[in-house]
Amino acid sequence: MSSSKRSTIIVEHLRKQQMWDALSRGKRLDGRDFSETRQLVIETDIIKKANGSARVKLGDTEVIAGVKVETGEPFEGLENKGALILSAEVLPTASPYIEPGPPDEEVVELARVVDRGVRESEMIDLEKLVLVPGKIVYTIFVDCSILNADGNLFDATSYATVAALLTAKLPIFEMQDQKVVDSGNTQPMPVTSMPVSITAARIGDHVLIDPSAEEEACMDSRITITTTDEGFCATQKGHTGSFMPDQIKKAAEAATIKGKEVRARLKELLVNNG
Amino acid sequence: MSQARNLIDETGKRIDGRGFDELRNVKITVGPVKNADGSAFIEFGKNKILAAVYGPREVHPKHMALPDRCVLRCRYHMSPFSTDTRKNPAPSRREVEISKVMREALEPALMLQDYPRAAIDVYVEVLQSDGGSRCAGITAASVALADAGISMHDLVASCAAGKVDNKIVLDINDEEDKEGQADMPVAYMPRLEQVTLLQLDGRLAPEQFNECLDKAIGGCKMVYEIQKQALMQKYFGNETELKEETQ
Repeated sequence: MSSSKRSTIIVEHLRKQQMWDALSRGKRLDGRDFSETRQLVIETDIIKKANGSARVKLGDTEVIAGVKVETGEPFEGLENKGALILSAEVLPTASPYIEPGPPDEEVVELARVVDRGVRESEMIDLEKLVLVPGKIVYTIFVDCSILNADGNLFDATSYATVAALLTAKLPIFEMQDQKVVDSGNTQPMPVTSMPVSITAARIGDHVLIDPSAEEEACMDSRITITTTDEGFCATQKGHTGSFMPDQIKKAAEAATIKGKEVRARLKELLVNNG
Repeated sequence: MSQARNLIDETGKRIDGRGFDELRNVKITVGPVKNADGSAFIEFGKNKILAAVYGPREVHPKHMALPDRCVLRCRYHMSPFSTDTRKNPAPSRREVEISKVMREALEPALMLQDYPRAAIDVYVEVLQSDGGSRCAGITAASVALADAGISMHDLVASCAAGKVDNKIVLDINDEEDKEGQADMPVAYMPRLEQVTLLQLDGRLAPEQFNECLDKAIGGCKMVYEIQKQALMQKYFGNETELKEETQ
């Protein structure tokens, strides 16, 4: 358990014992194998006011991501690139332990790890999102709301973000008399790759893919590995424990295999979207 | 990431003249902060970082205390003058995240159950920044914790590896971090063979992941030796090797 605060559920001692017994027999309490993910449901274009949106359910974890496109100044040092800003909020609806307020360090980490996957994979070709070089660029906001938290917020938020960006319709802005005007037309996002994160939890010597909230409450350490078709693009070890190097290498292998499966699901969205 | 210039020349030297497996200069001084229970100052390339440890001490606010173990708190902070453009002194999201991963990188080394109802505070202040400040910070913090006499399973040594001009190299500096292709900071307890921090920013081909991880762990082992030397220097003067006790 994190030493600073409690934001996860408390698992009863007997239930923990049950979990350890099950793990030693090669099973998880919900009947899954160690490398089995929960059911993944992805819906897109659910918020009509957003330029792109997605609702992802990963087991009972539920996340909505919304994309809003505006124009603004480029970031310092990145004058010839569009800006991408990602935020995440665990809503007070998500669990009895969440209180409204500014994001705590766990939520800051969540948003930064998801952002890292999108940014480092260069999923969006930001160089195509410039109106006046050095002055005015497209600013893409991706805001993620966690509606229900049942473990593995990292992957659910990552999939929702990627699904919303993939299916977003980019408004075409034009410069008229030195002013930005919305032309009323849209085009698809300039997508170059598809980052997919896979998170695993270590409990004792066992490494479990896609941990539930109950498993996270019992875990020693966590690792999130993000891949694209070309290879690895982001990694984050989390929680208070450690990993043996070989456990990390195995998790990287699993992230490659499982990542491919999820990427196939995300590619379907593109086909269905035309 | 597009590259404006070559970061490795024809002779296989990096922009600061190092080979692929070479660390920057590392110097650790133990105990520079007199008021602290333990402290360390590290110069790691151009990084200048101070780490100070207070505790075990009473927990404030009291409700944060844990009945069975000690609370570990960690703050990573960059001074406003530590960077090229002035850094706003308020904690950024980056610093919040680094404080968290730093605490989680140090915690596996500590025997926190030895100090129930107490707190240990670790303050890491970056006075001058270069690439790899979180690794240098963890390295210094771990030495400061040892200097404070906290019960530990092992020291935590930290070092990054990364990809520059398609080559996997050890210990990325600032330019290589900004213009290179990938950065993988790792913290490692060499005696226990446990990885306590692992992050990756940037793209690695499938076969490069393990290579990069192994290289970073190798770097951690080099840093570990420097940490031990620094502690020996303070506590045993110029005798830089532990003498076998004659039975």
